Amino acid sequence: MAEKPRLKVPKDAKKGEVVEIKTLIAHPMESGQRKDDAGVLVPRKIINRFTCEFNGKLAFACDLEPAIATNPYFQFTVRVEESGTFRFTWIDDDGSTITADETITVA
Amino acid sequence: MRALTRRDALVLWAGTAAALVDPRPVRATPSEAEAAIAEFTGGKPVEPGRIAIGLPEIAENGNTVELSIAVESPMTPADHVTDVLVVGDGNPNPRVATFHFTMMSGRAQAATRIRLAATQNVIVVAGTGDGRFFTARKEVKVTIGGCGG
Repeated sequence: MAEKPRLKVPKDAKKGEVVEIKTLIAHPMESGQRKDDAGVLVPRKIINRFTCEFNGKLAFACDLEPAIATNPYFQFTVRVEESGTFRFTWIDDDGSTITADETITVA
Repeated sequence: MRALTRRDALVLWAGTAAALVDPRPVRATPSEAEAAIAEFTGGKPVEPGRIAIGLPEIAENGNTVELSIAVESPMTPADHVTDVLVVGDGNPNPRVATFHFTMMSGRAQAATRIRLAATQNVIVVAGTGDGRFFTARKEVKVTIGGCGG
């Protein structure tokens, strides 16, 4: 997974503000339903869970099924009460994880 | 071009037969979608309402369809949405995604992009912290199916 996830997180916010976050990660999301050119079923390989933690506490999560489109995109919100770090984690069917961090300054 | 031999004919026939019996991806039946919902709710009653679903009326390409969900909730300790299940009753596997919200989410709102194999109903069920369930559904007409179907 050479490509880094794309994140859209505001740099700063007011205390108690609900901020909008957007994430996109490059992944084929192989559904396990598709056949290759030789007619052989391509085994399932998807991102099956995405989480967003803020300062170590879970803020938002999603369990993904093969019905999530290629290159999973998420938009969601988090209420921020203090400055800190968002940690985004994507878990692959093969057990590997991809993480990315983004900081926010809360005044 | 040489004349068709008996062997050629057999190969041709076998190929055609294989193509004929080639199973299309099995579609979920509405009852499978109902079963996924029952598993999510633990069989508790589900009330209609509180949920806004953002989906196109017609999806030209079922491989990527914009979905947004928003549940009316103050998101306070006393009244908040915890989990939101999305199912499609015409996909090979009815489950699409399960969103998990926390008090830190601020709003019970999220968006993603989904695959729809055919024209079908997308059903959203939201569970609250105090064990209540709300639901809404929307039909999407799909021109080209997703899921490799």
